[in-house]
Amino acid sequence: MAEYEALIGMEVHAELLTESKMFCGCRNAFGGEPNSRCCPVCIGLPGALPVMNKKAVEHVIRTALALNCTITPNAKFDRKNYYYPDLPKGYQISEYDAPIGVNGWLDIEVDGKETRVRIRRVHLEEDTGKLFHVVGNVSHVDYNRSGVPLMEIVTEFPPDMTTPEQARAYLVKLRSILTYIGVSDGKMEEGSLRCEPNLSVRLRGSETFGTKTEIKNLNSFRAVYRGIQYEVGRQIAMLERGEKVVQETRGWNDAKGQTFPQRSKEEAHDYRYFPEPDLVPLQISEAWVEEIRSTMPELPDAARRRFVQQYGLPAYDADVLTQTRAAALFFEETVRQCNDPKAVSNWMMGDFARLLNAENREIGESRVTPKMLAEMILLIKDGTISGKMAKELFEKMFATGESPRKLAEAAGPQITDSGAIQAIIAKVIGEMPDVWAALCAGDEKKFGFMVGQVMKASQGKANPQEVNRLLRERMQQG
Amino acid sequence: MAALYNLTAHELSAMLSRQEISARELTESVIARIEAVEPKVRAYLTPTHDLARQQAAEVDERRARGDSLSPLAGIPLALKDILCTRGIRTTCASKILHNFVPPYDATVVSRLREAGAVCMGKVNLDEFAMGSSTENSAFGPSGNPWDVERVPGGSSGGSSAAVAAGEAIIAIGTDTGGSIRQPASFCGIVGLKPTYGRVSRYGLVAYASSLDQAGPMTRTVLDAAMVMNVISGKDPRDSTSVDLPVPDFTQACRPDVHGVRIGVPKEFFAQGVDTAVAQCVREAIETLCELGATAEECSLPSIEYCLAAYYIIAPAEASSNLARYDGVKYGHRSREWAGHIGLMEKTRAEGFGAEVKQRIMIGTYALSAGYYDAFYKRAQQVRTLIRRDFDRAFSQYDVLLTPTAPTTAFRIGEKADDPLAMKLADVCTLPANMAGIPGLSLPCGFIEGLPVGLQIYGKPYDEETLLRVAYTYEQATDWHTRRPAL
Ligand SMILES: [Zn+2]
Repeated sequence: MAEYEALIGMEVHAELLTESKMFCGCRNAFGGEPNSRCCPVCIGLPGALPVMNKKAVEHVIRTALALNCTITPNAKFDRKNYYYPDLPKGYQISEYDAPIGVNGWLDIEVDGKETRVRIRRVHLEEDTGKLFHVVGNVSHVDYNRSGVPLMEIVTEFPPDMTTPEQARAYLVKLRSILTYIGVSDGKMEEGSLRCEPNLSVRLRGSETFGTKTEIKNLNSFRAVYRGIQYEVGRQIAMLERGEKVVQETRGWNDAKGQTFPQRSKEEAHDYRYFPEPDLVPLQISEAWVEEIRSTMPELPDAARRRFVQQYGLPAYDADVLTQTRAAALFFEETVRQCNDPKAVSNWMMGDFARLLNAENREIGESRVTPKMLAEMILLIKDGTISGKMAKELFEKMFATGESPRKLAEAAGPQITDSGAIQAIIAKVIGEMPDVWAALCAGDEKKFGFMVGQVMKASQGKANPQEVNRLLRERMQQG
Repeated sequence: MAALYNLTAHELSAMLSRQEISARELTESVIARIEAVEPKVRAYLTPTHDLARQQAAEVDERRARGDSLSPLAGIPLALKDILCTRGIRTTCASKILHNFVPPYDATVVSRLREAGAVCMGKVNLDEFAMGSSTENSAFGPSGNPWDVERVPGGSSGGSSAAVAAGEAIIAIGTDTGGSIRQPASFCGIVGLKPTYGRVSRYGLVAYASSLDQAGPMTRTVLDAAMVMNVISGKDPRDSTSVDLPVPDFTQACRPDVHGVRIGVPKEFFAQGVDTAVAQCVREAIETLCELGATAEECSLPSIEYCLAAYYIIAPAEASSNLARYDGVKYGHRSREWAGHIGLMEKTRAEGFGAEVKQRIMIGTYALSAGYYDAFYKRAQQVRTLIRRDFDRAFSQYDVLLTPTAPTTAFRIGEKADDPLAMKLADVCTLPANMAGIPGLSLPCGFIEGLPVGLQIYGKPYDEETLLRVAYTYEQATDWHTRRPAL
């Protein structure tokens, strides 16, 4: 089989975190009673006019700066005309030939290899409503989302990415930056961050480009990865069979793990763009840009380097902990209160992350605060609770939001009494004399095992430092 | 004493504040007049007499309490049915909005409501303001009070007819290519299209967003100034409204044109302009010169391309502005359809009239991929040239004087089969919208019993000079005192 390469571009839409919608005073939020956050402007009543939300423009400038873009001083809005029932005005206010940010880039790393992904444009537009197909000949429209500020980030052509791993890395990093600078909550499942890769394949070394397809409704990093992987395979198989790839938009069926045709190019719209006469052109002054630049938070790359240097964390830990600003802030605040970076990192990447994932929650949405985690780590350090008790305690803390000290008290006191621990040690030795003999004969690897057995026999309540000390004492006694 | 409905807003305002008459009496006088002449004039699409009586009573109560009131308090008002009115049907004279009741007031409307103007109802227009005669109204044409067999002009023909017939004391019209000034000319009243941005467009149902502007239609220049005082000024809900101080426009109404430099652009007296109309306008210019102004001929060479460029830009914007009428959210919805595309197609096919459909098609074409540069972009370039022509002219002159319309009012049906002739009726007024400058029309004579309009163009945001020149001329003549015999 001939050797192919894929060229992968990416269009990302992010709903912006603003108080109100893009062009009216309605609240910008997710869900809720259908059509409860609407007004004449965002349902397109005759005579209603848009008024620009300055905060949304600021968010886009901030993003453009974070992505190393050039800011267009005379950016403007245009109308993108097409018909769909979820688009109340029959056009979407967007930016066509003078987007706010142009010519940026984002560096990504896959398997130690760095790639610069060029970004063509970052622009601002308004989101549409949502159409629900009800049984039979009936549909309903919810305009709560209509007019929510939406940012579009488009990679340059020809694409710089060639593998699904790169596409995923790009998206992970982009999401991290967007959440860091506070412009997006990055929730792919709720659709506040939407990703539409486009890709084509060609024979390696070829100068021409293959026909590209675009994939829609990918709502997780995993889906993006699988979708691209599937689509690359599908296109190569077609070329191998001597068939032609059709330019089209394809949907993603997550259950089947397949893409399927949604809309072909023949049905593509002529959007009849023209400058939006209801809005005056944006005047983005250098002073405004500088003001935004000066309030830019530390970006993930810089935070990651600093975490390694300042806290002595392994690169991997630093990478994970800086993926969202919420996590980075949580980490730093917890460390400030307990002064044990590695312990904090272990908890955050271990039990905490596992529990959050299971409930599909973000770190900021958890009942566990930095203060609580720090307190728990200090309780372990001073021997009030054992590591094993801490695991259970953390789960209770995660579920109830109760302070670790109170939970520790409720769980009953730790066994610190030497006599009691010695009795347990004696019982364990009695149950496994061979192990004990090996340990006493100098097999140090058995020491940890014995400690574990004693802790288990005490139902995790024995003070581990005491168990250690008393075991050594007993070994010396022979 | 003359019937109340025949007086001016300024006169009536004084009588009301002296409590010689009540707002209720005035309103009843106008309602009685409407009942008497409306069968011939057909100005109103939705009369609101109950609301008018209620508003008049409120004004009387407030006056009795000694509240300080706006000069427009108690003055009967007609609103072009393209301005959104909370709780009152707003049709744009289109079948597609025959049942649309807005949940909000246009800014112009809310400012007039707050001033205590009494809303007599919503008046006729060409569908979505597209036309020059009201013949494109889905509910039939209005009659010109000077000759009910003739058109009152358009698109604000219901407004001009109502004011001329005494069915309202003041009216609001909107002007996208002459829709205030041309009907004012045809009906012998004053019509002012303010500078683009002077009056909020919020709640004015858009035809061509970069050209639309609402303004007063009244019997006298002073009345127009009184209305301007209420409706002008920055509106945070319209980004294109301009944040400039609003002067007291009535102060500009003083008889003084000494040293005023009048430019007379020759292109507006060229072919197509009726010689008798041109004669009336020239005599008006002479009158102003006798009063102390100076006049000389000048040229606006780019005007030649104005009509063509207008009929690209206005339909292009209209094709987008009217896309929202799809039967999904409000207004007419077809009973027979399949799927949401079918719903939209059927609804629009049934709901829009021929002229509106034609302009949507022209505009859609002009914006299409591959044609944008040749049409829309070039039309915008022409617009820049026209603006430069005016800038140059206003570096030499304070005002430019032209006929408002090439002819007097034509017969209903006369131009119905000749769309180009109909569009030429706007040739003198379009440049103001294309350049965004203010334009005013006032009566300057009669030909065979039909009024002729004099148009005054001014510098952007200099409505005051327009009003002063107009007022001076008006005070020196008696055209504005004539009333049609209905
Ligand atoms: Zn809204």
